[in-house]
Amino acid sequence: MVTKNRLEVKNLQAFYGDSHVLHGVDLEIAEGEIVTIIGRNGVGKTTTLRAIMGILSNRRGSIKIAGQETIAARPEQIARIGVGYVPEERGIFASLSVADNLILPPIVAEGGMTIAEIYDLFPNLEERTASAGTRLSGGEQQMLAIARVLRTGASLLLLDEPTEGLAPTIVQRIGQAIDSMKRKGRTVLLIEQNIRFAMRVADRHYVMESGRIVDMIPRAQVAAKMQELQHYLGV
Amino acid sequence: MSRDEFLGQLLVGLINGSFYALLSLGLSIIFGLLGIVNVAQGAFYMAGAFFSWMMLQWLGIGYWPALILAPLAVAAFGVVLEKTMIFRVYGPDHMPGLLLTLGLLMAIQGMFVYIFGANARPYPVPAELRGGWDLDFVFLPKYRVWTVFASVTVCFTTWFIIEKTSLGRTLRAANENPVLTRSFGINVPALITMGFALGVALAGFAGVLAAPLYTVSPLMGVDLIIIVFAVVVVGGLGSIFGAIITSLGLGVIEGFAKVFYPQGSNMVIFIVMIIVLLIKPAGLFGSEK
Repeated sequence: MVTKNRLEVKNLQAFYGDSHVLHGVDLEIAEGEIVTIIGRNGVGKTTTLRAIMGILSNRRGSIKIAGQETIAARPEQIARIGVGYVPEERGIFASLSVADNLILPPIVAEGGMTIAEIYDLFPNLEERTASAGTRLSGGEQQMLAIARVLRTGASLLLLDEPTEGLAPTIVQRIGQAIDSMKRKGRTVLLIEQNIRFAMRVADRHYVMESGRIVDMIPRAQVAAKMQELQHYLGV
Repeated sequence: MSRDEFLGQLLVGLINGSFYALLSLGLSIIFGLLGIVNVAQGAFYMAGAFFSWMMLQWLGIGYWPALILAPLAVAAFGVVLEKTMIFRVYGPDHMPGLLLTLGLLMAIQGMFVYIFGANARPYPVPAELRGGWDLDFVFLPKYRVWTVFASVTVCFTTWFIIEKTSLGRTLRAANENPVLTRSFGINVPALITMGFALGVALAGFAGVLAAPLYTVSPLMGVDLIIIVFAVVVVGGLGSIFGAIITSLGLGVIEGFAKVFYPQGSNMVIFIVMIIVLLIKPAGLFGSEK
């Protein structure tokens, strides 16, 4: 292969206590690609991101980030390689203001967005800088969670259902944020239930079922495979 | 009651309150970051006093350097205990940590009694702070005024660091959501060790301040920690500002009880604790979790 892989996951197994959740996940994402994982609730999408991030430490197999093996690494080390994580629950700190939430994560690489660029992308946040993080609306919290990792210069971004439960105008704004990541050459792994949104932003889609990747659909085939996709999602 | 007596007790109250503040502040920081109710805090206070006594007796190091060096030695001692034992009992259940640190309190105290005996050892007031200021209406012993000044300064500096600086921002984030904080590239385990060191260093600092006032004895920590726990229950664990204010307030209340009803002065803090527990179980500044 000529393209460099930003992320390479091979035979990833993960466990919550006694329960075996991931049964050998394989996926690859090239530098600068936007890729989604789609699938029904409970198939292991969030677990995959948590395992890549090292938050779920009970994991086996291989995870290479920019060629570096991280299966045994701790989350703070993985973040320092240049991985930015936006959890499903958004993880806005209640004890910090919006501005403090934004500058909490340390810069891990050059080329991150400046605060001014972030406020250009998400003007709502600028108006709320002094508010406590949890006083924001759901949409604003999601923007803040995304903005937080855009600042750090992380080159691989893991986004867990960023559009879940949000109004269409906010979904659109998050789409713009992902477009701007793409323009900056960031690599994005995105969990998404909203097919239309996924189709609009992503280059490829991995389909997940019971702890495994069962299919991969490139953008060009999405229209032709729409029925299969809907079946996978249980729509 | 004469005015002198009144002001004298006010000062005594503030001094006691200062010690409560330094110890309860350390307890709050440690509880906030580690979820450990650190009963051994009393032992670190005693160790602070003893380290400054040892420095003076054995190495000829005086009060002022000891004010810095003894808390650092206490912090180092604390880090060793955290790295070898205390980290094993982190978790949502506070009971193992409480029991472990209670055991540590007793073991450390026993070790000092074994080596030094239970007798109190005097520690001289530094030359600069002997005597007092006679302000016509009241006589202020310099060392006592210094004690209040030093501890209030240290407490508010600590509060400032935690509430207003980037280090404090990171500490608060690690306290609220350690997993996510780690996933931003912040070394939370190191931060926790540092928070523990800071918390016990505050107790060590209180120990150095206390040495010239109360003499140095292996049992000095146990007596204090029981009261400090009552103070912490009244204030509510976890609020830095609440810990400081409650400590000074209860110190003063205790001081006045000595004037108005001396027989009750030893229990007044505990009576306040019982009332607060009945009315606001999370403490005056605590939040229900």
